[in-house]
Amino acid sequence: MDIHEYQAKEILAKFGVPIPKGALAYSPEQAAYRAREIGGKLWVVKAQVHTGGRGKAGGVKLCRDEDEVTDAADELLGKKLVTHQSGPAGKIVYRLYVEGGVAIARELYLGFVLDRKSERIMVVASAAGGMEIEDIAEEKPDSIVRISVEPAVGMQAFQARELAFALGLAPAQTQQAVSTILGCYRAFEELDATMVEINPLIVTEDGSIMALDAKMTFDDNALFRHPAIAELRDKSQEDARETRANDRGLSYVGLSGNIGCIVNGAGLAMATMDMIKLAGGEPANFLDIGGGATPERVAKAFKLVTSDANVEAILVNIFAGINRCDWVAEGVVQALEKNPVKVPVIVRLAGTHVEEGRRILARSGLPIIRANTLAEAAQRAVIAWKNDKSADLKVVNA
Amino acid sequence: MTILLHRKTAVLVQGITGKIGSFHAKEMMDYGTNVVGGVTPGKGGASEHGVPVFDTMKEAVEKTGATASIVFVPPPFAADSIMEAADSGIRTCVAITDGIPAQDMIKVKRYMRRYRAENRMCLIGPNCAGIISPSKALLGIMPGNIYLSGHVGIVGRSGTLGYEAAAQMKELGIGVSTSVGIGGDPINGSSFKDILELFEADPETHAVVMIGEIGGPQEAEAAEYIRDHMKKPVIAYVAGLSAPKGRKMGHAGAIISAFGESASEKVEILREVGVAIAPTPAEIGITAQRVLKAA
Repeated sequence: MDIHEYQAKEILAKFGVPIPKGALAYSPEQAAYRAREIGGKLWVVKAQVHTGGRGKAGGVKLCRDEDEVTDAADELLGKKLVTHQSGPAGKIVYRLYVEGGVAIARELYLGFVLDRKSERIMVVASAAGGMEIEDIAEEKPDSIVRISVEPAVGMQAFQARELAFALGLAPAQTQQAVSTILGCYRAFEELDATMVEINPLIVTEDGSIMALDAKMTFDDNALFRHPAIAELRDKSQEDARETRANDRGLSYVGLSGNIGCIVNGAGLAMATMDMIKLAGGEPANFLDIGGGATPERVAKAFKLVTSDANVEAILVNIFAGINRCDWVAEGVVQALEKNPVKVPVIVRLAGTHVEEGRRILARSGLPIIRANTLAEAAQRAVIAWKNDKSADLKVVNA
Repeated sequence: MTILLHRKTAVLVQGITGKIGSFHAKEMMDYGTNVVGGVTPGKGGASEHGVPVFDTMKEAVEKTGATASIVFVPPPFAADSIMEAADSGIRTCVAITDGIPAQDMIKVKRYMRRYRAENRMCLIGPNCAGIISPSKALLGIMPGNIYLSGHVGIVGRSGTLGYEAAAQMKELGIGVSTSVGIGGDPINGSSFKDILELFEADPETHAVVMIGEIGGPQEAEAAEYIRDHMKKPVIAYVAGLSAPKGRKMGHAGAIISAFGESASEKVEILREVGVAIAPTPAEIGITAQRVLKAA
């Protein structure tokens, strides 16, 4: 789960990470008021959206007086911010963070990730801050320092010192850098984060260390033990369909194609998408309805997939392991009888009680296109989608 | 021979009195698995499907002589159960549970290193379908009837995609020595490489089908092992060709976040070391058949 910059900063500040003065605003008036509260002569108005690349997309505005703050806030609120990381749908700005301007002497990079190779928390730092880590890795790979944390004892002060010296910080700044690095680590470890990124971590002109931006991502599987973090979830930043699906225990990812997919199991769901693509179509979504695939889940899945206006054919691919094809077939029939769909439906069943499942589909009299194998299912789905855009459906017997 | 799981392997079910644990305990017994007991703290002295229930793994291992266990414990307590298994002297542990926090798995992996390599438990999963040695024993949740017994090993992250491969192979008369689901989590007990090593050493396994997916470094690590140490042919399919970058595809670990983690890059890495690539998920069986004929 992602959270906003201002939320990440509030959390990190509690762990001793220094941050600039700032406050949240929901309206231009409030933004101007916040600027006055913060004081000074320079402010930054920052769009709070769950995506990177805000600055380049115009989501961060430097303001020199209250009028400029008001104007910036007015422009940003309600705006759809499309960045190179957000995808074409972009993210709508509903919240702003107003921050006091800071004079920057140096920009550094500090990141914490779960490293899958070493199976440890890894700290990544670079003296080349301000640019994205991918670009740093590309352009200045030698500037990147990595330290991995021994899980039994956690991060040690000497490791933070090593990083501070590797970043070329002055001796006077070392202590502050060490407490900042260790603070981020403790937040990561104690709150079950999967990523903490401070980019840039800055040295101000008067020589103090500060987190100018902050990103945190949390392990969805660990939210049960961090209710306060779970409450930070902002559904306005998520795809509405994905949110609805996840709230109903389905795993859904919206894509841009036209063939909707309903599959049990994540691997088979990915393979089904691949197969559609190889057959000349484009999948409209990833959807794993889980190993169970009960009639209720199948019905929910149909509702979800048909709520996507781009869907012009639906491919159901179920490999029944623990459950049975006849149950799944009943679920498909029930779902389609209750809520008929206007697009071709292709169903492929395999596994336990497959014959009975196919009989149920055939007996139903519904215009279901049946397929026996994965390849057949994808081919028929692509053909049905190309030939038949919601016209009369013919029953194709598998 | 098979790997990890044999006809006589004595198995304990952790969480045997829960709904899911009880259901699968029965399924495994019906398949022929030698289930000798179960553990649910606080339910010691009871019995489930005719086998005794114990309070602790230590007691259960002591009384039954079990060498393998399977974990159906809910996510908040699963890591603890796995460590309990490691400490009780269990040799092979399958963790079915989906949803274990990643940092819990870091702790589990670190904890397991306190045992010498030769005494260390082999952990399969979490978030996996488990192990099946067809017509011998099942230590997992797969449907037994789709596997034919034979000489090809299967290792994959996904459950249902593994079934798909086994069903395609059965259709062509190709049997399986053992199938191992290593699970879809970012930090897991055994990697592709760990399982490939076991298959390479097993005289009854003649070839291996490996089913990878987007995300993580384990396919690349497997490729290095195949290049340097493997004599048996390997057939591979990598799922997620059409998956967009940075989006989690169902499995917690199925996310392309770094160079070399996309399906096409993994396919390239595997192809370079001589692995036979199934071009589509519908051609896993046929590709295996072609490789076996050539061998």
